[in-house]
Amino acid sequence: MTPRLRRRVFLAAAVVAGAFLLWGLTGLPDYGVYNGPYGDVLNRVAVAERKATNVVASVTFDYRGVDTMGEEYILFAAVLGVAILLRAQRDETEQPPDEDAADRHAPATSNAVRVVGLALVGPVVLFGGYVVTHGHLTPGGGFQGGVVLATAALLVYLSGEYVTLRRVSPEVATDAAESVGAGAYVAIGLLGVAAGATFLANVLPLGRPGALLSAGTIPPINLVVGLEVAGGFMLLLSEFLEQTLVIRRPGEVT
Amino acid sequence: MIVLEVAVFLLVAAAGTAVVLTRDPLNQAIVASFYGLVLGIMFFVYQAPDVALSQITVGAVALPLMILLALAKVRALEGSRRRDDR
Amino acid sequence: MRFLPYAVAAWLLLVGLYGIVTSRNLVHAIICLSVAQSSTYILLLSVGFERGGTAPIFLDVPVGTKAVDPVVGALTLTDIVVGATVSALLLALAVQAHKHHGTLDPERLKPERD
Repeated sequence: MTPRLRRRVFLAAAVVAGAFLLWGLTGLPDYGVYNGPYGDVLNRVAVAERKATNVVASVTFDYRGVDTMGEEYILFAAVLGVAILLRAQRDETEQPPDEDAADRHAPATSNAVRVVGLALVGPVVLFGGYVVTHGHLTPGGGFQGGVVLATAALLVYLSGEYVTLRRVSPEVATDAAESVGAGAYVAIGLLGVAAGATFLANVLPLGRPGALLSAGTIPPINLVVGLEVAGGFMLLLSEFLEQTLVIRRPGEVT
Repeated sequence: MIVLEVAVFLLVAAAGTAVVLTRDPLNQAIVASFYGLVLGIMFFVYQAPDVALSQITVGAVALPLMILLALAKVRALEGSRRRDDR
Repeated sequence: MRFLPYAVAAWLLLVGLYGIVTSRNLVHAIICLSVAQSSTYILLLSVGFERGGTAPIFLDVPVGTKAVDPVVGALTLTDIVVGATVSALLLALAVQAHKHHGTLDPERLKPERD
């Protein structure tokens, strides 16, 4: 099928599909008018029931905790898939990364990038930790804070070299962080079973809404999800960087 | 407020179309980063700060980063092939 | 105005699919896939939006103020992070395909007919 024929077939199908889609979407309530009772009920009772002022976090990690566990495992499986796909193949060698090698075409990092990157690493780590730990009080949580923490690893790479990144976050540590984070979620769920309630029930003391130690199991789940997401994204970053800098096919030049 | 919402929606539609119409992947990574930022702004207009935080960190930073790293590896492989063909 | 977000979501889905169908580069197709995914986020959040409502965070506003739906926000925020990771997996596949076949063009990556 030639590209032109494919484009014509797609445009014809898109017109039909688009018509059906728009016809279906007109059945939805008007934008700006919210009919469903679920959201209103949650907004009214969630703070009193779970003592967490961030209702979205209590929905993610408490009311629908099992769905989040499944999503976290999709992330884990995808990172595992990347690690398997990008391992050194049979005809490739692993050479020590030398960013100042004579045959590298990339320009040297400018001093401005190094200084700004170095200055921002600390504040970004602090901000990431803040977003993870305050996820049940203000907007944030494990997912967002984990990605912010992984961005700090990127800043370490930008302001230094690949060996700096490896020294700051050794591969064993990121692997362990990601696996421990994924397993600890199930462990917190089993805590509920051990206490006599259902899996992932909120069995820790609930505290007072607005305090840092409140909302039962939600802060621990935020911490382990942040650990897993940060470890996962750092692993992704290091796998892709390794491909460019360390793993070489015979005759390859970066 | 209505004007803001309409403007943001049209900007999102335009940015999404621009991402698709940019054919070169290197340019597309930058346009995708801008699209991620515009989506984050739209999620703020939607009064969903959690989602906006997630979108800004992922769609404007993490995803274009991984695209650039994949493109760097592809360029290295093509460079070696061109050297072998010479 | 009452239909604009749904139209934008439908448009983005179709535009993303058009990009995938007519793509000449695997990385370009993967980015168009992420655009098509973002259309679902827009649809979800449009369904849950309530005009005049605030964010569903009750740290500084009293419980009972009109707020938007928290459930769609919860669905979307995990979806965004996981979607980016799956895109990373697709990018790794594209890199491996380039290694073994020398091209990122879907036209030339088709299996040869014998």
